[in-house]
Amino acid sequence: MIANLGFGALFITFLVALYGIAAALWGEFKHKPEWVDSARNAMLLTFPLLSVSALSIIYLLVTNHYEVEYVSSVTSRVMPLYLKVTALWGGQAGSLVFWSWLMSSFASAVTLRKWDRDREFLPWVIVVALVTLAFFVGLSLFVENPFNRLWQLAGGQVVEKMFPPRGARLFTPTDGRGLNPLLRHPGMIIHPPMLYLGFVSFVIPYAFAMAALITGRTDDRWIRLTRRWTLWAWLFLSLGLILGARWAYDVLGWGGYWGWDPVEIAAFMPWLTGTAFLHSVMIQEKRGMLKQWNMVLIILTYDLVIFGTFLTRSGVLSSVHAFAQSAIGPLFFAFIGLTFIASMSLLMHRWNDLKAQAAMTSLLSREALFLLNNLLFLGILVVCFWGVIFPLLSELVTGQKVTVGPPFYERATGPLFAALLFLMAVAPLSAWGHSTVKTLGRALWKPAALSVLVVVLALVAGYRNVFALLAFFLIALVVTVTLYEYQRGVRARMKRHKESLGSALVELVRRNRRRYGGYLIHLSVAMLALGIVGIEMFQSETQGTLQIGESLQLGNYSMSYDSLAVFDTPDGRNVARAVVSVYRNGEYVGELHPRRDFFYDSGQPMTIPGVRSTLEDDFYVLLVDWEEISTQSATFKVYHNPLVQWVWLGGIAFIIGTLVAAWPDRERKETVALSARPHAMAAD
Amino acid sequence: MEDLPVVQGSSRNRMKFVVGGLLIVAAVVYLIASSTTASAQYFLTVEELLSKGAEVRGRDLRVSGAVVGDSIEYDAQTLTLKFMVAHVPGDNAEIEAQGGLAQVLHDAVADPTRPRIQVIYNGPMPDLLKNEAQAIMTGRLGEDGVFYADELLLKCPTKYEDAVPQQAEG
Repeated sequence: MIANLGFGALFITFLVALYGIAAALWGEFKHKPEWVDSARNAMLLTFPLLSVSALSIIYLLVTNHYEVEYVSSVTSRVMPLYLKVTALWGGQAGSLVFWSWLMSSFASAVTLRKWDRDREFLPWVIVVALVTLAFFVGLSLFVENPFNRLWQLAGGQVVEKMFPPRGARLFTPTDGRGLNPLLRHPGMIIHPPMLYLGFVSFVIPYAFAMAALITGRTDDRWIRLTRRWTLWAWLFLSLGLILGARWAYDVLGWGGYWGWDPVEIAAFMPWLTGTAFLHSVMIQEKRGMLKQWNMVLIILTYDLVIFGTFLTRSGVLSSVHAFAQSAIGPLFFAFIGLTFIASMSLLMHRWNDLKAQAAMTSLLSREALFLLNNLLFLGILVVCFWGVIFPLLSELVTGQKVTVGPPFYERATGPLFAALLFLMAVAPLSAWGHSTVKTLGRALWKPAALSVLVVVLALVAGYRNVFALLAFFLIALVVTVTLYEYQRGVRARMKRHKESLGSALVELVRRNRRRYGGYLIHLSVAMLALGIVGIEMFQSETQGTLQIGESLQLGNYSMSYDSLAVFDTPDGRNVARAVVSVYRNGEYVGELHPRRDFFYDSGQPMTIPGVRSTLEDDFYVLLVDWEEISTQSATFKVYHNPLVQWVWLGGIAFIIGTLVAAWPDRERKETVALSARPHAMAAD
Repeated sequence: MEDLPVVQGSSRNRMKFVVGGLLIVAAVVYLIASSTTASAQYFLTVEELLSKGAEVRGRDLRVSGAVVGDSIEYDAQTLTLKFMVAHVPGDNAEIEAQGGLAQVLHDAVADPTRPRIQVIYNGPMPDLLKNEAQAIMTGRLGEDGVFYADELLLKCPTKYEDAVPQQAEG
């Protein structure tokens, strides 16, 4: 019953979306604004319809309707309520509906804004949003239907269909197969929605970009309208990536957080183009340059978002060879191909309207350095893309499948990331229009001297790895330059406005949030880099089997095996939990509880590390095996991960920085009055 | 990268940027090319690995096969994991034609005449290692014909795909 309701709502959404596209086009070409208004209402109607559909899935999940195939594939009776609800995005079929639901809520929010000054964009934004929505809803309807039920045929065979085949009875398994235990983690519960929010919100700037290309209103209006959307999209995407990394660190039990897996890369690629876009739109706003380039970036981002949605689904296997294993693959590629070709043709059509208004003259000017930053991000993108498609290419060309692993990505992106760090230190000191080595050098020598001091200290502390020392230098340079910029601004305010240190800092940031929020993000990236250097270059590990009371040494840490308990939990797990004592330089610092959970419903174990985390290093213990019954001995694998906590701290600082930059302005009127140029923001 | 932003101005000025841009493109191309050659791994099926034998010995390889559950041995003292993998086709169309990955993995393990190879891996026992899982291993073929894996990636297709009929019977 409810399945029919959900399916019906989905079907009506599809029709409404198609109607909306037609109405918007008709209204636009026949100059009938009432049709555009009707299209707008259609857009708004998709949200309640998709809400009904998504809520139907949640209802089925929560009430154990195992006759619905999706429900039985991602839930089981023992799963707690919150996991059943979040199983909405635990599999491919459900997450596609979830994606559509998010998409319609965002697109509706955009349609609700005041369009007085930008009326000509409206029909095209609706068309782009609805075409995207119709594609995803169509996938749910015709290929990955979450409401498919199980039917037992007269011959006893069970089939999966939406509507009953002739003579078939509804088949209800007594229990579901349960969500993959690896996904039952708080990080995994909020990680996919964050990633999806990021993906979906990038559709909005893309829709405006297309509207600008179609209508020929190719000034920077579309960028100003969507600036905040872009920042939020970027924030969600970044959060999704960081949470995913954290989940891997906490759950996957290999002592790391990022494995250059195609699925991770698929989520990382739109982030790269999105980051490049965020930087280069500033050049368009400030100098009227890079307009064509910005279009290219937003088109790439949109198609990489669609590609990422396809690849990051937990259900799709993590290998490039799995593309064709779902009927969904070719459809996705067709959609990506069509939208890419259509958008690029539009861009070519308007190419001459998008000529730069000024010329770049100095290689060291801020705009040139921004351009360099863009090229580096795109360089990393090309490396990632190459790594993902290389196996397919090599098979096509030589008939032999050749793959590249993490060493490829590390080697190829390392210098590019280092160059980005260097730019991050230099660019804030450069001037618009023109800078020379001399002006830059004058601004840079003090921070550089401080950074050299950091390297000397690292040398004294015993670090000899050249790459690590270089990384420390770059990180120190970013930090000192950024702090120097803050200090310069604060001091100027204190002098001019006679403000105290605290209020000068607050005012400085408040009056130029984009800039100082951006610097905060730079600082957070330096923190992230520190953590990454720590774990990538200085991780050490050991393993051993210990009798109770014995201990194991790793660096200046040691741990002793105290006890182990095996017990069942009410939610269907069998848990083996060890107690180990950790000593640092011979001093007791605490107890850790590495454990192994065995999930009865899926027959799968899950290894959860015990971690002692400090700013300096993490001591990470995995329980590998133990002697049954007597539990006299147990085997452990132990990692020492220096500085890795900076990755998570950097993540938090990153969020704060982006919030500072993206938070809606309260005193916008004042800004408008002050600046000669009209200043408007979207959707607030 | 063909859509580099148009830079206007004097031709000398333009040259400056073109040269700079080309240098960066060249650097990226160099990084990709050198890293590819340094870390490329041949992706082979068990059958290909056995037939090439000495030809690929000592090289970085990636091999995919079906885990034979009965052969899994684990020594927790030394963290040494030994198991056999059976040949599964590398080609997707072939896998589909034989009834999907789950079916192919099942058949591979059930058929004793399929080519098999011994794998040795050092480390914690992976959670997903079980009968009929797909193993993707990175490592080298030793003189003794054993595949020494440095890295072990496992997938259980039954988790995600149409395993409904079996599920219903079970």
